[in-house]
Amino acid sequence: MTATQTATRTIELEGDPAQSAAAPFVGRAMPRVEDAALLTGVARYADDLPVKPGTLHAAILRSPHAHADLLGIDTAAALTVPGVAAVVTGADAKRLASAFLVGIRAPMEHWCLAIDRVRHVGEPVAVVLADSRYQAEDALDRIEVRYRPLPPVTSITQALEEGSEPLHPAVGSNLVNSRSFRYGNPEAAFARAARTVSVEVEYPRNSCTPMECFVVLADYDAAEDSYEVLSNFSGPFAVHPVMARALNVPGSRLRLKTPPHSGGSFGNKQAVFPYVVLMGLCARVAGRPVKWVEDRLEHLMAATSATARRMRIDAAVEPDGRVLALRMEQTEDCGAYLRAPEPASLYRNHGNLTGAYDIPDLAVTNRIVVTNKTPTGLNRGFGGGQLYYGLERLMNRVAAELGLDPLDIIRRNLVAAEAMPYRTASGGTLDSGDYRATLEQAVREGALDALKARRDALRAEGRLYGIGYAAVVEPSISNMGYITTVLTAEERRKAGPKNGAQATASVAVDPTGGVSVTVASAPQGQGHRTVLAQVVADVFGLRFEDIRVNTDLDTGKDAWSIASGNYSSRFAGAVAGAAQVAATRLRGRMAALVAGQLNCRADDVRFAAGKVFSDANPDNSLSFSRVAAAGHWAPGMLPDGQEAALRETAFWTPEPLKAPTDADHINSSACYGFIFDFCGVEIDRTTGALRIDRYVTMHDAGRLLNPLLVEGQILGGFAHAVGTALYEEYAYGDDGRFLSGTFADYLVPTACEVPVPVILHRESPSPVTPLGAKGVGEGNCMSTPVCLANAVADALSGIAVDEVPSLPITPAKLAALIHPPEPPRPASTAGSGENPPPITTPAGRGLTGEGSREVPATPEQVWAILLDPMELAALLPGCEALELVGPNAYRAEVVVGIGPVRGRYTAEVALSDLDPPNALTLTGSGTSALGSGSGTGHVTLERTPTGTRVTYRYGASVGGKVAAVGGRMLDSASRLLIGQFFEKLVARAGGAAAPAERPSLLARLLRLLGVAR
Amino acid sequence: MPPLNSTSPLTAETRHAVSIVLNGTPRTGHAHPRLLLSDFLRHELGAHGTRVGCEHGVCGACTVRIDGVAARACLMLAVQADGRRIDTVEGLAQANEGRMTALQEAFRRHHALQCGFCTAGILMSLTDYLGRNPKPTEEELRDMLSGHLCRCTGYAGIVRAVMDVTGRTMKEAAHV
Repeated sequence: MTATQTATRTIELEGDPAQSAAAPFVGRAMPRVEDAALLTGVARYADDLPVKPGTLHAAILRSPHAHADLLGIDTAAALTVPGVAAVVTGADAKRLASAFLVGIRAPMEHWCLAIDRVRHVGEPVAVVLADSRYQAEDALDRIEVRYRPLPPVTSITQALEEGSEPLHPAVGSNLVNSRSFRYGNPEAAFARAARTVSVEVEYPRNSCTPMECFVVLADYDAAEDSYEVLSNFSGPFAVHPVMARALNVPGSRLRLKTPPHSGGSFGNKQAVFPYVVLMGLCARVAGRPVKWVEDRLEHLMAATSATARRMRIDAAVEPDGRVLALRMEQTEDCGAYLRAPEPASLYRNHGNLTGAYDIPDLAVTNRIVVTNKTPTGLNRGFGGGQLYYGLERLMNRVAAELGLDPLDIIRRNLVAAEAMPYRTASGGTLDSGDYRATLEQAVREGALDALKARRDALRAEGRLYGIGYAAVVEPSISNMGYITTVLTAEERRKAGPKNGAQATASVAVDPTGGVSVTVASAPQGQGHRTVLAQVVADVFGLRFEDIRVNTDLDTGKDAWSIASGNYSSRFAGAVAGAAQVAATRLRGRMAALVAGQLNCRADDVRFAAGKVFSDANPDNSLSFSRVAAAGHWAPGMLPDGQEAALRETAFWTPEPLKAPTDADHINSSACYGFIFDFCGVEIDRTTGALRIDRYVTMHDAGRLLNPLLVEGQILGGFAHAVGTALYEEYAYGDDGRFLSGTFADYLVPTACEVPVPVILHRESPSPVTPLGAKGVGEGNCMSTPVCLANAVADALSGIAVDEVPSLPITPAKLAALIHPPEPPRPASTAGSGENPPPITTPAGRGLTGEGSREVPATPEQVWAILLDPMELAALLPGCEALELVGPNAYRAEVVVGIGPVRGRYTAEVALSDLDPPNALTLTGSGTSALGSGSGTGHVTLERTPTGTRVTYRYGASVGGKVAAVGGRMLDSASRLLIGQFFEKLVARAGGAAAPAERPSLLARLLRLLGVAR
Repeated sequence: MPPLNSTSPLTAETRHAVSIVLNGTPRTGHAHPRLLLSDFLRHELGAHGTRVGCEHGVCGACTVRIDGVAARACLMLAVQADGRRIDTVEGLAQANEGRMTALQEAFRRHHALQCGFCTAGILMSLTDYLGRNPKPTEEELRDMLSGHLCRCTGYAGIVRAVMDVTGRTMKEAAHV
């Protein structure tokens, strides 16, 4: 069904009361009950809720360094800022809290505030609590922190090197976990196979970035030693014990509530949990309630990220393309700390590592490394995008190497319908579906033949056009035991078994006969209230609007368990299923109570159209409200020994979810949907710009409870996937600087970049879940990036064999593949001809430049200027003070503005490699509350007939907040500042002003950047 | 538009009275000169319908109408709004006899929102835009919507809703 078709169906249903009355609500495209509040502005998100009188507002001081020893924090000046009540540091955390539990056996400590070391840019170092957020932020600048920088570890490659600086010295290595698994007999299959086909891919860091950032309201009750916190935390509530333990209280003394509305999560709001603990600690230290609202820079810089993964897969392949076995090596970058529930991203798909394919033999090595980057966590499709990027690129490579059609390779390897339920090599149970028929349906209904004809026609015109495919299984309802696959069987025995996925729902009738439903699903905008009203209305034969659903969660009062929350697509299968179980039980109890009155057996009592009656005698009916209310008003009338049917709470866990076996088999999810996608993309031969021409996505997600919402989930997942594939990346410099701290740097696709895909459905109900539904919201984040990448490979097939740039596939990367490398630049016309030493700068925001200028002064005169502190002070842009601290070494106070960020830096400047009067090296480094900068310049002086030719080459880099938010402007601004220095030098030595075409542009840019007025 | 404290300069340390006409009703609150209009509306006047998504002018969630023109409330100071007419999402239904407008109804019907956090800003931009361009083409509409970020919907439902309410049809993957 396409988007238009679903919308039409919605409108038709709304306008057809006859159908509304008769048909069940489940399966209908019902508009949402949530929308009225959201559309009129009355909805209340966490930041809209009232705070207690006297509440303090928190601002967090964060590390500007990727890796440094934390030597000391001086909070005295900050405490004098008006409105400031307290400053909380790691010392308070040590005194009143504990480190977080970590999911693997390794001596790694992660605290809610840095204790003695910082391990990523943005790590919380101190918290200011003040009467307003504005005042709290003022005081951040007054905290003095002393750091000793350590060598940063910023890539998987570097983390695996023997000599890399260990982030967690007690572990001794940045490779913190490694496990190998062997299923079947992969060695024999590789020996037997006709050939081995391999791919090696890397998946970048990115994040779904919900529009609402994190919010925490925390209060501490000293009399009861208990915490009460409201936060837009999304679950999994398996993290609740982690939070309680970090606060040194039992779970019953951490009462966690969620707000009525949440502005999106996509898994990300799992990562608010360290701040729940941090703000609980702050409330305790300050003795007052505390509120913290994360800002966007904080979110992008330090909230959470998808894992980066390097993956190598070998396939043992027969000549016809049949894959006999896989050998996988996955190395996962989890960032600075392995934060709960990681290593979820690496193990979530362990039961479906072979995807939609019948591949019986499998060898896997999983490695986890830590790097000086933001800790990772749940992110729509977590682990799936990474896995399938490797697996589906591999299948495409098999086709390329065998010279076969990629679609035939997929067909040849899909699990057969007759094999369902299919047990995968690693222990998963694919529960239902006819993958082959689903694929053929998509090929037919999605008009693949027409797309191929279009490709042929466009290629004949010389255009770069490609078609890509991807087939994946979409896991939903995670097994709470899958993460323990990271432990050895022996370690698991010691820790005790973990398995299942408890979902909870309560259904109650009130004294007026109204029905209410409460669940612990912590929705973040999906429409859980709507679907639950559909499900429960059907069970009781009531109107949709008769069911009132409350999804606010309060761990102090509601039924919940560790699997509660909103993640791994568990709502439709598990939570809606649990609601149906609870409602059905309550209905059964009501039937038993009323059967006597209706002169029938309980089994024959029917609930329909607001009435309760005997199947045999529908005319003799009771109103539902009367039956429901009787238990409240007239409990004395209940049949002997029976209690009133007022409320029912169901706990439901999927039967097939067992703990990992001793041989490490694990059914990591309860359900597995199937997705088959294909698409056509065109790449502009000149610019490298990629356009998605057509995208077809076919889903079998079991029974669809509300097609309108299912479509919304697919469209949303698709949009996220387009961002992942083409635009989004958390970018870092080689020194760990974070470079994408605004939405102008971290590129979220807009309405101009996201096309509308053709959405097709097939419904193979899951035998596992009560309603037959499976998850559907994450699938495209697994299938779409690799489908687009395979299309790119096809489009570039005339240029390279199965080659695709790394994600995100940007026009620059594509253009570099399309166009041959540019010829080398002609040799520099400047300088003496003898090359000065090369200047290296960190990648990312590092920049280099060079220039030369003739001045009417002797080399000796120029030399004297450079070595005179007074003269040097006049040359340094923004220099307000310069003091000598050693031979040719100075400390300078410099004020520099980059775009909106203007800061005072204390800079260390030194002159070295002195070769009077011919050459010297000028180095400088500076730090401020806004970040750090450093640079090196080589200056050579060459005597000429009229004076001296001054030649300079420099390299510079800038980090911290200024790098994260000013990145777009940084290169040009730094170049201008450095240019200013040398222009001033030339001018001071009596040279001409800069060339004629420069000043106007220079002045304009300077004004634009706020460097000049 | 009367200037605030017309003769004396604003002082950073004191709160100044700021009076606006909010959705047709005169309202007065107090603001330090550096207080953002978005924070003033939400936390001083209690008009929570306007959401804050980035505070650097890119995401569009905080868009309100200032004297009728859609603008980012996070890029303006409250004191700059003194004397102005500010319309927010709360005013749409209020001005329509308490019922949702046709555009709001179309958003609901077409599932043009999920978490709803970006929705208020989009509605405010659209009411301004559609007043000036009542029948945009899909391309024009998408270009205008590119000033707003939505992470839930993929924009399809939003485009669909607007095209429905303006009486135009939307092309959907019609290339083949």
